[in-house]
Amino acid sequence: MSNISNLEQLASQVRRDILRMVHAVNSGHPGGSMGCTEFFIALYKELMDHDPSFNMDGNNEDVFFLSNGHISPVFYSVLARSGYFPVEELKTFRKINTRLQGHPTTHEHLPGVRIASGSLGQGMSVAIGAALSKRRNKDSKLIYSLHGDGELQEGQIWEATLFASANKVDNYIATIDVNRQQIDGPTDEVMAMGSIRQKFEAFGWEVMDIQEGNDMQAVMTGMQKAKTLTGKGKPICVLLHTEMGYGVDFMQGTHHWHGKAPNDDQLANALGQLEESIGDY
Amino acid sequence: MSATITSKLHTFSDKEQKDTRSGFGLAMDYLGETNPKVMAMCADLTGSLKLNDFAENHPERFVQCGIAEANMIGMAAGLTIGGQIPFATTFANFATGRVYDQIRQSVAYSGKNVKIAASHAGITLGEDGATHQILEDIGLMQMLPGMVVINPCDHNQTYAATLATAAYEGPVYLRFGRPKVPNFTSKDDTFEIGKGILMNEGTDVSIIATGHLVWQSILAAKELEKKGISCEIINIHTIKPLDNELILQSVAKTGKVLVAEEHQRLGGLGSAVAQLLAEQAPTPMRFVAVNDSFGESGTPAQLMLKYGLDSSDVVKAVESF
Repeated sequence: MSNISNLEQLASQVRRDILRMVHAVNSGHPGGSMGCTEFFIALYKELMDHDPSFNMDGNNEDVFFLSNGHISPVFYSVLARSGYFPVEELKTFRKINTRLQGHPTTHEHLPGVRIASGSLGQGMSVAIGAALSKRRNKDSKLIYSLHGDGELQEGQIWEATLFASANKVDNYIATIDVNRQQIDGPTDEVMAMGSIRQKFEAFGWEVMDIQEGNDMQAVMTGMQKAKTLTGKGKPICVLLHTEMGYGVDFMQGTHHWHGKAPNDDQLANALGQLEESIGDY
Repeated sequence: MSATITSKLHTFSDKEQKDTRSGFGLAMDYLGETNPKVMAMCADLTGSLKLNDFAENHPERFVQCGIAEANMIGMAAGLTIGGQIPFATTFANFATGRVYDQIRQSVAYSGKNVKIAASHAGITLGEDGATHQILEDIGLMQMLPGMVVINPCDHNQTYAATLATAAYEGPVYLRFGRPKVPNFTSKDDTFEIGKGILMNEGTDVSIIATGHLVWQSILAAKELEKKGISCEIINIHTIKPLDNELILQSVAKTGKVLVAEEHQRLGGLGSAVAQLLAEQAPTPMRFVAVNDSFGESGTPAQLMLKYGLDSSDVVKAVESF
């Protein structure tokens, strides 16, 4: 079996985790989580040089920041299935006394999380700070971050993009999940985004697209290419084109599952479309 | 005309006039020499924050953020990952109110070792007017779980507070001011975060003061002494964590408390002390602070007088017991 098909099987399992987690507490954000599943798996299973024994400073390893913290289910599932904490712990998601808070936090000391996120627009600044810290420590590893396309409506993002190019922060890859959906509807209806590529280019970034953001091979190849663009004096922006709710027919491509959990019947239907490849938690 | 005041414990003089922010700048340059982890960040106010020496002597550890404070706070949080000790600096208004959510989520809730160093706090910023005169920052910052809040009284104490802030592990809000004020504490005074300093022993009333109001309280105590009222003065440089023990000891002796601060009455040191005393030792209190009002343009001295923060206001408040 090729490595890609192993990763695809894992993607199916991660999507099962996401749906079962949000179903159990009747809350959370499955849509964006399912859309970004391939990205997280590519990052944690292949692309990043990282240590699941986890230390906060992340010296001499690649470091990832999730800025759109509401897609915590995919983050938690992939962290657990990469060895950061027991997979069993996924069942505590959003429940009292859990380390798996609704939005990720360092406060409960969950391995793998280095910053709280949830209030949008802050993660790029944090990532740039961490990139400067690596530069200062003469640490040649990379910083990665993920942001929603709707999140780009936050002003702080543009403060950060301006800083990053002006200061040639080139050990950093920011990925934008371009699913063109946000809570209230399609991004073009809520707040017309225009060309995200042209915006980042105008701010002095190197921009590349991954058109098939839910194709494991395409994500892998695209992110490998992004890595080769680092170290050339510009911050890197990857426009990752995904479908919200990918993997389940009735959830795919709509904003309706941005922040809504499936009911019992919907869960059964959805799980019927996703192979239990590794084993549910 | 300069004043020399001898208290039961110290002699204070206003002969030397210095701004507190210069104490910060001097300490930062020293930290630049002595602690390679310390970094300075500024949002287009390098000169105002007295960071020119740091920026010139340690350019590799100086981050010019431009006029983008939210990004500065977020980057400061990121810099701690990997072990840097960033001081994010600007005017107090832009260092707190403007970036409250960034401080709340990326710094305080995330438990990051970020130092927010804010100059031009309070009404003594002067001529720029109310847009820049934040009088709510102590309240905003002390409400955040885990945030240490420090408001030194003069140049020397600001220098010491800056060194202590760098040595402390965890988020700190360090607040200081713009105008030249008496530099009356000694360079040799010990500074310990969370430990107030007894400036004068007295028996009739405890004056608990912070920042620029410490000197005003010393002037007031001299006046009140002439009228036969003996004031104990406590210099609370750390508003959070508050030195409960020192305050309770003093109050047990005097039975009356006046709190003086360059801040709104609501939410500042006065509120913190009132909360402590209401629970542990209910005591009659008076407050010298700005009373639910914005400031305006004027000289620092004019504004202190107009907004009730002058030594004469401390005298009146004590006499009202």
